[in-house]
Amino acid sequence: MISKRIVLHFPHRLAGQPIVYRLVKDYDLEFNILKAYIIPEEEGLLVLELSGEDKDYEQGMQYLTEIGVKLQPLSQDIVRNDRRCSHCSVCVPVCPAGAFVVEPLTREVHFHDDKCIACGICVGACPLGAMEVRF
Amino acid sequence: MAKTIKQINEKIKKGEVVVATAEEIIDIVEKRGIKNAAQEVDVVTTGTFGPMCSSGAYLNIGHATPKIKLGGGRAYVNDVPVYTGFAAVDVYIGATALADDDPRNKVFPGEFKYGGGHVIEDLVAGKDLRLVATAYGTDCYPRKRLETWINIKDVNEAVLFNPRNSYQNYNVAVNLSDRFIYTYMGGLKPNLGSANYCSAGQLSPLLNDPYYKTIGLGTRIFLGGGMGYVVWQGTQFNPSVPRKENGTPCVPAGALAVLGDLKQMEPEWLVGTTMQGYGTTLTVGIGIPIPILNEEICRYAAVKDDELWTQVVDYSEAYPQGKKGSLGEVNYAHLKSGKITIQGKDVPTGSLSSYPKAVQIANILKEWIKKGDFLLSEPVAYLPGAETGYTFRSLKERPIEN
Repeated sequence: MISKRIVLHFPHRLAGQPIVYRLVKDYDLEFNILKAYIIPEEEGLLVLELSGEDKDYEQGMQYLTEIGVKLQPLSQDIVRNDRRCSHCSVCVPVCPAGAFVVEPLTREVHFHDDKCIACGICVGACPLGAMEVRF
Repeated sequence: MAKTIKQINEKIKKGEVVVATAEEIIDIVEKRGIKNAAQEVDVVTTGTFGPMCSSGAYLNIGHATPKIKLGGGRAYVNDVPVYTGFAAVDVYIGATALADDDPRNKVFPGEFKYGGGHVIEDLVAGKDLRLVATAYGTDCYPRKRLETWINIKDVNEAVLFNPRNSYQNYNVAVNLSDRFIYTYMGGLKPNLGSANYCSAGQLSPLLNDPYYKTIGLGTRIFLGGGMGYVVWQGTQFNPSVPRKENGTPCVPAGALAVLGDLKQMEPEWLVGTTMQGYGTTLTVGIGIPIPILNEEICRYAAVKDDELWTQVVDYSEAYPQGKKGSLGEVNYAHLKSGKITIQGKDVPTGSLSSYPKAVQIANILKEWIKKGDFLLSEPVAYLPGAETGYTFRSLKERPIEN
């Protein structure tokens, strides 16, 4: 079994295709939509959590690549500039995914990017501008 | 036996001084007892690193040829307006100043990406900044317009002068309303969804000297990575507040006005800061040494998070409307545990003040003192205590009839 969070960038021409349906039907993958938006005439973006058998997952990814969907692991979306972060912890209660955890002894804030759902709330909330969106 | 600052300075010069941070002194007192700790430890170092809105810096940019008098005119640094109401070439950059064309909160919540606090950070970082000024022209200062790059290494004086920093305790902010609110205490989730606090607690300077027995006018401090001084009580200073048996206030109380040479400071300890939907400010690093002159001062400096209490305040209605009242009292050990209980509900906490940075500041100051680079100064006057009747008033509004 494998479970991964990925970002799918759809070119304009693929907007009419039932891509998620194919992932379920042909590759037996379970999906959970974390975020979706469409820029009309430009591109679509879908953040999915996909789970299934390793082989199915691999073939599903191959299918997506072949039809022209750009894939990216989710953790690349929100990054922390460690030089700017002061470990204050303002981000901790506002993160809906619980991706920021305070280490009790040092009181440093750890960013678990595997939990991040790329909602961007921390980007606006960080007083020192340490959280950045990267595409 | 009591010690004097002079004796402690002799020990610093000889390399014999014993310094502990305000965190370390807690263990020392627990293991060795107050009496031994007060004898063995000479200095306790404190630290704090949080957003402090009442901050700013003044510069003397030097005279241009031909000369211009900025006083009475207008000036901008990187598009952010700076105060010109002084003489010819002195300007003051305030941390919360915003460019005239900043959209502010027109599209709510405003982003406030660059303001006076960021100008100060860029200045300290040694970046070239764009100064644009207009003036009315006089016989002795004929010039009416100036556009030039400026740099901290070329200006005459560059002085950080913060009218109110290092608050002695602060509110915990929560939101009782049903919408997310954006405040100077950060974003707060609706229906008691989150609680933000802003103090280094057991490391915070004025919580370790609750009655201002050692910190006074002229106290030499760590300021923004360099050396600075306490120059006055901070604005809104209020010693006349409820206190616990250990002397510490359980509401916002004292504060400090601080000043120091910006040219010695570092951008790591003076950071331009944005509060979404609120505005810009400056995060300031401050560390203050407390000379352990006697057992009483040692006991104050050994205060722990679970002995420091503060009030939970609703920022959706009570705070903006100036309504008194607390939703509950919590201590800093509760706050640092990650959640507090308010009205029977577990509420996750976040801090605006960085504890790891406060620890770092207390340790840097400790090293400076141990190496003999930093001598303690004797205050030339003390901050007003509650016995003076000094207090903090609200504005008495008197409508102006035309």
